[in-house]
Amino acid sequence: MTAYLKLDHIDKSFARGGQVSEVLKDIRLTIDKGEFVSIIGHSGCGKSTLLNLIAGLTKVTAGAVLLENKEVDSPGPERAVVFQNHSLLPWLTVYENINLAVSKVFGRTRSRAERHDWIMRNLDLVQMAHARDKRPAEISGGMKQRVGIARALAMEPKILLLDEPFGALDALTRAHLQDAVMDIHSRLGSTTIMITHDVDEAVLLSDRIVMMTNGPAATIGEVLAVPLARPRRRVELSSDRTFLRCREAVLKFLYERHRFVEAAE
Amino acid sequence: MSIQAIKDPNVKAFPTPAKPAEVIAFTAKVRRRFEPGAIAGKLASTLVPPAIVIVVMLVIWQIACSSPNASLPPPSQVWTEAYDLIAHPFFDYGPQDIGLAWRVLISLQRVAIGFGLAAIVGVALGALVGQSIWAMRGLDPVFQILRTVPPLAWLPLSLAAFRDSSPSAIFVIFITSIWPVIINTAVGVRNIPEDYRNVSRILRLNQLEFFVKIMVPAAAPYIFTGLRIGIGLSWLAIVAAEMLTGGVGIGFFIWDAWNSSRLPDIIVALAYIGVTGFCLDRLVAAVGAFVTRGTTAK
Repeated sequence: MTAYLKLDHIDKSFARGGQVSEVLKDIRLTIDKGEFVSIIGHSGCGKSTLLNLIAGLTKVTAGAVLLENKEVDSPGPERAVVFQNHSLLPWLTVYENINLAVSKVFGRTRSRAERHDWIMRNLDLVQMAHARDKRPAEISGGMKQRVGIARALAMEPKILLLDEPFGALDALTRAHLQDAVMDIHSRLGSTTIMITHDVDEAVLLSDRIVMMTNGPAATIGEVLAVPLARPRRRVELSSDRTFLRCREAVLKFLYERHRFVEAAE
Repeated sequence: MSIQAIKDPNVKAFPTPAKPAEVIAFTAKVRRRFEPGAIAGKLASTLVPPAIVIVVMLVIWQIACSSPNASLPPPSQVWTEAYDLIAHPFFDYGPQDIGLAWRVLISLQRVAIGFGLAAIVGVALGALVGQSIWAMRGLDPVFQILRTVPPLAWLPLSLAAFRDSSPSAIFVIFITSIWPVIINTAVGVRNIPEDYRNVSRILRLNQLEFFVKIMVPAAAPYIFTGLRIGIGLSWLAIVAAEMLTGGVGIGFFIWDAWNSSRLPDIIVALAYIGVTGFCLDRLVAAVGAFVTRGTTAK
């Protein structure tokens, strides 16, 4: 079976003022359809760069990103991104923000009424239909992120890319949104890649956790499978043996074998 | 004694009240009644101070210009000699004898054309300069030099090019007011958050869609700052340009009044120009505030 998404020997370096700094080196990863994969690592290890490479927002220096055996090197709606800071357009309402995406992606293939239904369906999915006419400034951070997720889902992406989606949220809101993402993932079966620096979050949500070594020239240190049955409930899992074992494995990787060295920044 | 030991049925861990709590709805007594006192007070606090200043200035002016050998007319003389101009802004007694409001409107019409063109071309050029690093490197030095050229210095050239006074005046307005629009738009476009660009790239918006749906709304606060400076400059330029090109605008009226020694008329015309300029500035500011609502809020 061929992989759905394949990261084939990817290198990435940035040239700045004659100096070349190597960020990622020899990234090899295959992801199956419907899989939920987290990428975890210390800050500055190039997690976000890796996500941007998959999204096509930055170009690889060497190697290739293959989606269904086709190389992708430019951004597109089939790889929708949920940004850390939501990046909703502040002059548009919640509805209009999603409509911008939907009318661009489905403007030719679906009628106006179908598009409207689709927008409302996605807003319902993240429980934000009640705020459809509000502007981003009028809703809370967690709600903005919900809308960001709805916008990404509304593009009907082959791969959903989450760039530290809950990083800027408080712990309770974050838990709510994690549950929402798990729920959506189980309902839609969307292939998802999530960048995170939260060990619990990674173990709770993922089928596999990709652990990155520290930069410069960071690469994949280890890939951990999380053999927990779904649906997962955070309260039950907090004492589950498999959960704790996975959590420990990630913690050991991050804090014993690949300690964050401040000077490496 | 443990809790289970309590057998008395009247003792309850969670006593229920004899009467269930009533939900008392707040009857909102928001009075949106017309309150003359408050409104009058607010009006007074905004209108009285400037009124006092104006009266004081008029009194000083009256005293200073009352001597028989004063070179300028006092306010009382302006009132009596230019009374028809003050009281009847819309009279029309023939091609060169019309009320000041008509003259202002004719000048405004030129400003509308010149400034309108400057706004369109300025936003387009500003977007180009803000978007493309090479356009900026090439065009920015040129803009920085040209924008320091005083408006009237363009007039002889434009008279030579257009061979007519009206398009020349409009060109002077255009060339005066375009620079702040270009420069502010460029700054606004350069300041568009990277995230908005990423959103548009993921959606594969084309150039036109990006311009209309992302760039203009995101840069709108900057664009309106530029437009506001631009409309002020163009009102400055039109009066000066009309003094030289003639016609029926408010600028030429002043020049004409000077040539026939009607100093009170000039003073009334100055008041018209000032009030109109103020209104233009406030108009653009109000449109900007309306259009950009929600844009700046994060």
